[in-house]
Amino acid sequence: MGESGLRSDVEKVDVVAVNKKENRALYKKRVKIHPKRVNGMYRSLKWWMIVVLLGIYYVTPWIRWDRGPGAPDQAVLIDFVTQRFYFFLVEIWPQEIYYVAGLLIMAGIGLFFITSLFGRAWCGYACPQTVWTDLFIAVERWVEGNRAARFHLDSAPLSVGKVAKRITKYLIWLLISIGTGGAWVFYFADAPTLARELVTLQASTVAYGTIAVLTFTTFALGGLMREQVCTYMCPWPRIQGAMMDEESAIVTYRADRGEPRGAYRRGESWEGRGDCIDCNQCVVVCPTGIDIRDGQQLECITCALCIDACNGVMSKIGRPEGLIAYASLAGEQRRADGEAAGIRLFRLRSLIYLAAWASVGVLMLYSLVNRSDLDINVLHDRNPLYTELSDGRIRNGFTFKILNKAASQRTLILSVQGLPGARLKVVGSEDVGESVTPYFTVKPDRVHSFRLLVSAPHSALPGESIDVRFILNEVNSTSRAYYDSIFRGPGK
Amino acid sequence: MVGKSHVDEVSGTETTGHEWDGIRELDTPLPRWWLYIFYATIIWSFGYFIAYPAIPMVSSYSKGMLNYSSRREVAEQMASAKASQQVYLDRLATASLEDIRTDPDLLAFALAGGRAAFNVNCTQCHGAGAQGVRGYPNLNDDEWLWGGTPTAIQFTITHGIRNDQSDETRVSAMPAFLKDGTLDAAAVNDVAEYVLSLSAAGTDREAAQRGKKIFADTCTDCHGVTAAGNSEVGAPALNNAIWLYGGDKKTVVETISYGRGGVMPAWGRILDKVTIKKLTVYIHSLGGGK
Repeated sequence: MGESGLRSDVEKVDVVAVNKKENRALYKKRVKIHPKRVNGMYRSLKWWMIVVLLGIYYVTPWIRWDRGPGAPDQAVLIDFVTQRFYFFLVEIWPQEIYYVAGLLIMAGIGLFFITSLFGRAWCGYACPQTVWTDLFIAVERWVEGNRAARFHLDSAPLSVGKVAKRITKYLIWLLISIGTGGAWVFYFADAPTLARELVTLQASTVAYGTIAVLTFTTFALGGLMREQVCTYMCPWPRIQGAMMDEESAIVTYRADRGEPRGAYRRGESWEGRGDCIDCNQCVVVCPTGIDIRDGQQLECITCALCIDACNGVMSKIGRPEGLIAYASLAGEQRRADGEAAGIRLFRLRSLIYLAAWASVGVLMLYSLVNRSDLDINVLHDRNPLYTELSDGRIRNGFTFKILNKAASQRTLILSVQGLPGARLKVVGSEDVGESVTPYFTVKPDRVHSFRLLVSAPHSALPGESIDVRFILNEVNSTSRAYYDSIFRGPGK
Repeated sequence: MVGKSHVDEVSGTETTGHEWDGIRELDTPLPRWWLYIFYATIIWSFGYFIAYPAIPMVSSYSKGMLNYSSRREVAEQMASAKASQQVYLDRLATASLEDIRTDPDLLAFALAGGRAAFNVNCTQCHGAGAQGVRGYPNLNDDEWLWGGTPTAIQFTITHGIRNDQSDETRVSAMPAFLKDGTLDAAAVNDVAEYVLSLSAAGTDREAAQRGKKIFADTCTDCHGVTAAGNSEVGAPALNNAIWLYGGDKKTVVETISYGRGGVMPAWGRILDKVTIKKLTVYIHSLGGGK
């Protein structure tokens, strides 16, 4: 932290990366990392990401979306009580959970795709662990001061000032944590109602419990554990290597340009030496405590803050930027060979990921657009399989379910195909009696279960069973649903 | 275990000092966060011991400060389930059978309850699917010995058939025509042939012609002139495809010769009125009654 004594425009920091391989020992206590604040393109990008991502997270449950009377007016709502998932225009029933599975698959493949292009871009910019850690560090800096001040405070003896700063910091962290857990529960209930209940202490234990758990995890993971989560707990750093290849652009120190490194005094010649002036700015800004000049490492979340730091230094000492930059192994090789390095985004690997991602998306979109808001399920009675009637006809019982996913009441007509002489009867509608095509009304957004009796002359059955198709048509509409089942009898 | 600590060359990790033929054990520490959680669970377990039943004793167990009991929790859940059913049970108690049929919610509740009651009380004779067996009617079909209207079904369940449990039990008797000497074996054969001819199952036309006269004299009081049966006296229709004991000639001869008289308990003595109502609705729904 002291000055090097050499005259330079850049402060030389006397520091070693705490997570450098040589510095790691299994029984060693963790050394707290206080990353130095840095300005630059990637830092700005990260600030914007924080604003946008946290914005989405906190604001989404409060967006209203009119679905007409009787339906919730929350744009995004996972309603466990009525078992519905609302997402703007889309309403998903429990049996359509494959849409959620499809989204998760897309998220997974999308992550592979991005990783094949830019390494761990997810880790560096979008992962909640990164976003909240950044936020917590910003609070820490605001309360306790810059990197040097924070180290100083850590080693300072206990005093009123130290305790006050610590308490202030923890209180703000706690508020952020409560806010994090608090926003989560709004996705599962009507946000304004739940907010009122939470404040007046009338919300359910589940709501308070969820907030408490998420408050604890946010506080512990973002405030206290930080880079340890990425290094020791998260499986992604171990897996990501499989998605990358020699063309993936990752944060790279260009050793051929930087070495041999050494302190630089203003006015000295650049002949016979590298551009790296060994100022250690890249080390002090690193939130995971590594030295990027040691090459690609498991701990590196590719947040690119070292690029910002190094570029700042390079412009001060008048050398070209990009000593540390997003670069690929193959690109570096090309550059060494005197060709244009470039970043090749379209390669077989990335195209395969993109194609897989897009096909899942197209498939999902197709099925979502073409999904029916009317569905039926017909379950043949297990016992008895059939009943012989006094006039020699055969009767089968069915449990018959209508899923009306529309927001309106509908009148439906049922018919059966493939069974000559069939007569249908819905139990509970004696006033209608037996009919070839019974009709009934179903309420909006509900599942109706009926018991259906179908009878047919024995002669309609060629053997012990015959395939039949139940067809449900909506009156004055083209909506229609069908279900294939069988009709059984005693045989000939 | 004695001596200086040994550091493994490859991993740079200390070993435990154990050695087996040159093979050493790395002394890799547990992750600290893992260790802390482990300690936390130990502390938690003490709290659990204090709060919940935990320590078995000779004839009892430690009750815990929360005085929790899973048995009582079940009892409470049962009570609350019962309480939530009570609304429907109250409505069922006052609703007429027709009211139940036209109220979808009430109908669904009665059907579910009726099915449960049927499974407990009725399946022993009538079968799990109410499909019946020889001598015990199939409740899915459209022949009802004592009437298939909801009211008639309710009466039959309440008072039973040919029992000594209810004063209003359904009573009738199919006489044993051969055994008590009313008809001789030849006449029984002729009547059987006639009865079978009504459902086009007879083989001997001459015998059927002779039997027709005997039937008119002997059987029409109960079974009716057209042999369509009479639910007032529990007399089955003989002109259709449904046979309680069997429609082959041997069985029909046996029935005429020695009579029949199935028995059903009076469930009104055992079940409450609401349960019988639920059973009525359920049984009526099976085949749609009559």
